[in-house]
Amino acid sequence: MSNVETVSGTGVPLLLDDIDTDRIIPARFLRCVTFDGIGEHAFEDDREQNPNHPFNQERFQNGSILVSGRNFGCGSSREHAPQSLMRWGVKAIVAASFAEIFFGNCTSLGIPAVCASREDITKLGAAIEADPTLEFTLDLNALTLSFSNETVAVTMPDSARSALTSGQFDALAQLLARKDDIAATASKLPYLNSFAVS
Amino acid sequence: MSDKQNLFNKVWDLHSVGTLASGETQLFIGQHLIHEVTSPQAFEMLRERNLTVLHPERTLATVDHIIPTQNQARPFVDLLAEDMMSAIEKNCQEFGIELLDLDDNRQGIVHVVGPEQGLTQPGLTMACGDSHTSTHGAFGAIAFGIGTSQVAYVLATQTLTMMRPKVRRVEVNGELAPGVFAKDVTLYIIQKLGVQGGVGYAYEYAGTTFDAMSMEERMTVCNMSIEGGARCGYINPDQTTIDYLKGRPLCPQGEEFDRAAEWWLSLASGPDAEFDDVVVFDAADIEPTVTWGITPAQSLGVSQAIPSLGSYDESERTLIGEALEYMDLSEGQPIEGTKIDVAFVGSCTNGRISDLREAAAIAKGNKVADGVKALIVPGSQIVAKQAEEEGLDKIFIEAGFQWRAAGCSMCLAMNPDKLQGREVCASSSNRNFKGRQGSPTGRTLLMSPAMVAAAAINGCVTDVRKMLEPALA
Repeated sequence: MSNVETVSGTGVPLLLDDIDTDRIIPARFLRCVTFDGIGEHAFEDDREQNPNHPFNQERFQNGSILVSGRNFGCGSSREHAPQSLMRWGVKAIVAASFAEIFFGNCTSLGIPAVCASREDITKLGAAIEADPTLEFTLDLNALTLSFSNETVAVTMPDSARSALTSGQFDALAQLLARKDDIAATASKLPYLNSFAVS
Repeated sequence: MSDKQNLFNKVWDLHSVGTLASGETQLFIGQHLIHEVTSPQAFEMLRERNLTVLHPERTLATVDHIIPTQNQARPFVDLLAEDMMSAIEKNCQEFGIELLDLDDNRQGIVHVVGPEQGLTQPGLTMACGDSHTSTHGAFGAIAFGIGTSQVAYVLATQTLTMMRPKVRRVEVNGELAPGVFAKDVTLYIIQKLGVQGGVGYAYEYAGTTFDAMSMEERMTVCNMSIEGGARCGYINPDQTTIDYLKGRPLCPQGEEFDRAAEWWLSLASGPDAEFDDVVVFDAADIEPTVTWGITPAQSLGVSQAIPSLGSYDESERTLIGEALEYMDLSEGQPIEGTKIDVAFVGSCTNGRISDLREAAAIAKGNKVADGVKALIVPGSQIVAKQAEEEGLDKIFIEAGFQWRAAGCSMCLAMNPDKLQGREVCASSSNRNFKGRQGSPTGRTLLMSPAMVAAAAINGCVTDVRKMLEPALA
């Protein structure tokens, strides 16, 4: 697993609030036993209904930094949502805020999900619209997003940031390393011990 | 344990294995639940890494999301759904996990099955690859919806990683008026606090309104915590909790149950317990509530009219405008009388026996309106059997409702039960997102099961209070 310290790329503006995971990946595409091929269905229904959806527009096809509004990824816990965005080409998401399960799923997959102020989100959206080839660099150490001559501040909980920058966002190896501690915790749980300990 | 500790923090501390380099807690998960949709890739991760399931006895599997509610013959007509069935059957067999499959009379929606079997207990940490895992908090368990990578973590280590959320006490006091149900309480709370209001928080629901609720009503409230953005929601265990659990198949029995009950009650937040935030509502302010938009917070009392765009903060207007356009509703339009095409009673929110009883009480002796398709989908095979023993199925069928087999059905429409085109559905489920019920342009109005039954009979959104027995109204 590699460290995720900086992500560079062009932007995709989707400046709406409360984008839910059913919109990101409609439930019928969850009928699968692998995540293969799920990227092509990202925002499928929204794209069908709106020919101007950013994911339909030729000029944003190479975009990898998705910019959105408040409460992005609300709703279902389906990891299919960030999986579909990742497989479509999204490498980082900048939003006014995130729903928590979605945020955690992004981190597990090594996708930085960072917050920016409403004002900066609007500014980023306008900059991408004006020039879809504009290059952005997200720096997780500095917690900045830079483009042209501008730099905006972004935020992210330290835990997720350090998991990404240290390359430990797939936490399984760390969890497995603590077998003894896991057993010790289990040994003091009343319900695993006939309710005879407390 | 300090008297100042709330239940959430007591249970969290007890299950904390340690702190990871990132600062997150490694949390032991007392009970894991899985279903066919979010688990196959997790088992594949185990295979890729040559790992086993650490505590197969602490994971229970069932099938619910893709289950057809009419023709259940195998192989399923939908071959993609059949692949998922085969996958969970193979995975559970290979990794030694008990599966309540379709041919097991305990099968049902994962969040109905856990409590029904007595698996869901106070003081547990629980996890499931489903956002409505918060349901189990009704028992004073701390229950998290998780993604597939975390499902793999729990399978391999019986732990997951998480930052400790803050705890907000959401207090509601007073008696609910006739025709006002747990669903209305949860929709009201979400309307007041917003769909993102709970981000960063676990919700403790407390106050005399919740004290007076049955376990099934409490499950409805905790179920929708996630729709308010909270990481989980719970209610302190009390005598109602103990009475519900006593004698359930997977609960301790005899003296062990007594010891368990004593421990469970000791976990409840005491009068001196501290919280990061407290909000207080009055039950008298809650009327039967209906969503009109595309998020669960876009709701109003059934007697009210859809608010004007101008009444919202400017930052909200794009979203409100999008909702009005999608729903094809107008500012100032009363919600009562909105025509419906489909009525759905079911889901992990409102697919339990008490929900079916409430809907049947309205349906009894009435007829579903012409042109309305009405479905009753029990939350589990046990709920279905109980309803049939009480004759509820006959009441529904005589009234023109379809009586279906147990599953998630039209809550998220991963099975053949789907809206068509622009149909409008009065639904007892939990999400009114665009396209949620299977048609990319379908529309959903969330409400209580009794309100769904009332809408089915009148062909439009109806104030259920007008249909109650005069003695009650």
